[in-house]
Amino acid sequence: MTEPGQFPLAIEMQDITKRFPGVIANQDVNFSVRPGEIHALLGENGAGKTTLMNILCGLYTAEEGEVFLDGVPVRFHTPHEAIAAGIGMVHQHFMLVEPFTVAENIILGQATGVLREPRQTLHQRLMALADQYGLSLKPEAKIWELSVGEQQRVEILKALYRQAKILILDEPTAVLTPQETEGLITILRRLAAQGTTIIFISHKLKEILAVCDRVTVLRDGKTVGTSDVANCDTHSLAEMMVGREVNLQRPDRTPLPTTPQEPRLHLEGISALGNHQVPALRDIALSVYPGEILGVAGVDGNGQRELEEVIMGLRTPTQGTIHRDGAIAHIPSDRYSMGLISDFTVTENLLMRDIDQPPFNVRGLLHPTKMAAHAAHLVQQFTIRTPSVKTRSGKLSGGNAQKVVVARELSQGHAIILAAQPTRGLDIGAMEFVHGQLMAQRDAGAAILLISTELEEVLRLSDRIAVLYEGRVVGVVRAENADVKQLGLWMAGKSAEGDRQRSAASGAVPSEGAVS
Amino acid sequence: MTSELIPVSQSKPGLGWLKPWAPVIGGLLALVLSSILIILSGANPLEAYQVLVLGAFGGSRQITETILKATPLLLIALGLTIAFRARVWNIGAEGQYHIGALLGSIVALTLPNLPALLLIPLMLLAGIVGGLLWSGLAGLLHLKRGVNLIICTLMLNYIGILMVQYAARVPFRDPDGFLPESAKFVDAAQIPRLFSSRLHLGVLVALALVGVVYVLLWRSPLGFRLRAVGAKISVAHSLGINTSQHILTALLLSGALAGLAGVIEVSYTYTRLKQGISDGYGFTAILVALLGQMNPVGVLVSAVLFSGLVVGAQTLNVSLQIPAAVAGVLQALLVLGVLAGQAISQRDN
Ligand SMILES: Nc1ncnc2c1ncn2[C@@H]1O[C@H](COP(=O)(O)OP(=O)(O)OP(=O)(O)O)[C@@H](O)[C@H]1O
Ligand SMILES: [Mg+2]
Repeated sequence: MTEPGQFPLAIEMQDITKRFPGVIANQDVNFSVRPGEIHALLGENGAGKTTLMNILCGLYTAEEGEVFLDGVPVRFHTPHEAIAAGIGMVHQHFMLVEPFTVAENIILGQATGVLREPRQTLHQRLMALADQYGLSLKPEAKIWELSVGEQQRVEILKALYRQAKILILDEPTAVLTPQETEGLITILRRLAAQGTTIIFISHKLKEILAVCDRVTVLRDGKTVGTSDVANCDTHSLAEMMVGREVNLQRPDRTPLPTTPQEPRLHLEGISALGNHQVPALRDIALSVYPGEILGVAGVDGNGQRELEEVIMGLRTPTQGTIHRDGAIAHIPSDRYSMGLISDFTVTENLLMRDIDQPPFNVRGLLHPTKMAAHAAHLVQQFTIRTPSVKTRSGKLSGGNAQKVVVARELSQGHAIILAAQPTRGLDIGAMEFVHGQLMAQRDAGAAILLISTELEEVLRLSDRIAVLYEGRVVGVVRAENADVKQLGLWMAGKSAEGDRQRSAASGAVPSEGAVS
Repeated sequence: MTSELIPVSQSKPGLGWLKPWAPVIGGLLALVLSSILIILSGANPLEAYQVLVLGAFGGSRQITETILKATPLLLIALGLTIAFRARVWNIGAEGQYHIGALLGSIVALTLPNLPALLLIPLMLLAGIVGGLLWSGLAGLLHLKRGVNLIICTLMLNYIGILMVQYAARVPFRDPDGFLPESAKFVDAAQIPRLFSSRLHLGVLVALALVGVVYVLLWRSPLGFRLRAVGAKISVAHSLGINTSQHILTALLLSGALAGLAGVIEVSYTYTRLKQGISDGYGFTAILVALLGQMNPVGVLVSAVLFSGLVVGAQTLNVSLQIPAAVAGVLQALLVLGVLAGQAISQRDN
């Protein structure tokens, strides 16, 4: 792998192989990054992207292969060694201590400076560093007070404070709002312009086309190739990644029934408090009818999590009533706190809701072979990449863990489906599949409430769209009539008339009973 | 540029293959460290270990003794296995054991005329009820009043132990005896022996429970839910599992087994209610459960090892004059070494 040009490559990983029990996560992978470029790493769920980056940042050690930094061979055994060599990684799960401040988190784990430097000067230094890269942050803020996007900036600042010359971001935009993504992209461009080398993992092809200089594609743990982003479009990227065309158009749909129906899920006057006892939901009225998908759009943090919890009975509303007509399946927005038990096997996670029913429960005892067989069936149907159904779920790649939750919930055939960020972390092929499953359930008559911060997803799947802003439903429209600009205004808190008066926000909501 | 680079050695001489053996290495390390202590107390470590092993397993008398002592440990640790799997940190087994022994003794002392066929089951039942009561009390304090579970179970230990002392000294004291203890139970109150050995029916019960607990944890929906609550309570809650109810269930099951152990011991070993009816079984069983990886078969093995260590240590003291405390240190080091090894072997790299 020799590159044209006189400068040594910032990173060169040669013939990297890493095995886990039952899988070869990386097999003879070659990956090289030029100094100062933004390089995308793309591949299906389980292709080995996170593993490769964990090797680069010293969390894992490769069994075979070499790593060169600026042409010098290196081998890291701990993350500290990688940090010392100028490599910083922002993991998909942030590694921040919640009750601590931004500044405390940044200096945490650093051997020097903690006690020597007065708080004041440290804060000033951090502010200066943050300003230099356009990261707006308050050093004295506590982590739990910050939004996900702000927490991510803390992680980036932490890496920069440790003088990272190479910054690795693993699916940084999966949890960001479009606005926050914009902000991140600006920051990354600025960092690259000032000489930082950036590796960017994402499943969102448009982002890759917008930000990156080159892209390397992995498939099944092997390198497919590297190309200049200038020569790519979404089709060619998808093709390289999954080896086939992927269709993410709005699917054709059977029209909604014209006869009036009773809603399966009905919320009336729901108000609720958030985690820190501030009002999070205000007077929400929503109805979901059989055979429709009601999409709830909005910028994350406007009550989505609380709405989900109230519907699932995990949070008690302060006011209002909820009617649920039938059992409810739930794809949670936070799979690790609400959906998946990492220490349980894939089978156990997939069948968690079925343990009291035949054929898995025979006269009070579980039937392991039947459970394993059913799990194997779901693994195949949802293309969950796992060495076996006995593998602990914590060992799965992020997207495959998400597929476990989706498979469990969508295989229930429940009358109501609450799908919150159902495709978070999924590759486009898997996303297409899950969208297809949701559509199939809709056509079979399920009432589906889709909560998603991805406007595209809401537009693609919904029959009706509601917009959530500061805990209120600002507007509801039929998807055919939806105007992206209008939705954007609602999401920014402009009410239906376009003025921001509070009375307008609650009074001018287009009529809810759109189905009649 | 790349051409002039010298590749770093291809196959790294990692120690990764040793990882699965870390618990064994930890145990061996503990033995090495203990050897120093043994040398300091003037004995030859190899000889000491030999005496220890022979003292525990060297003949049928020794083996019987080891099994007898392993039985209460096994019973309690099986219960704790259920609790710990649900992440219910019951460290009150000692108290639950005592209350079980107390209630069982009350049955034996107040209904001496019943035939054995009725008396024994009634005593066992009373023992189980005692354990249930004592663990349930802790559970209520925890779930209804929000008291930290470790604190309530720990504190109830002392109350349970003192209640036994009081009962043996005052209401149930044998008026004809010199010691502060109850009269000897009637013969019908002694758990039957197995054939002509010194082993008793309780040994079989404990062995059978190894299988029962295994099935409960890995083959029953209840066990599935208990493990789910233990592995990630927020997910269990989201999936509609009543977490408080399962925490209480785990606590009650472990209490029941501790109570059962208590009544079996007073019935067979002590045959009367008195002070000192436990060798700290309730506490040692915590280590037995952890060392056995909270797995019923593992717990069986570790109960036998622990008991062997205690039984063997007695001969150590007698024949080599090594202080009994050294055996205690050896036990502690073994537990630490093996547990540390287990932690290492389960770590990802
Ligand atoms: N610690 C681990 N133990 C066992 N297997 C692992 C471990 N980490 C990763 N794997 C396996 O290695 C493979 C690659 O995983 P990796 O996380 O690198 O995928 P990825 O490309 O990041 O996927 P995703 O897009 O879903 O995040 C998967 O099959 C995964 O199950
Ligand atoms: Mg990943």
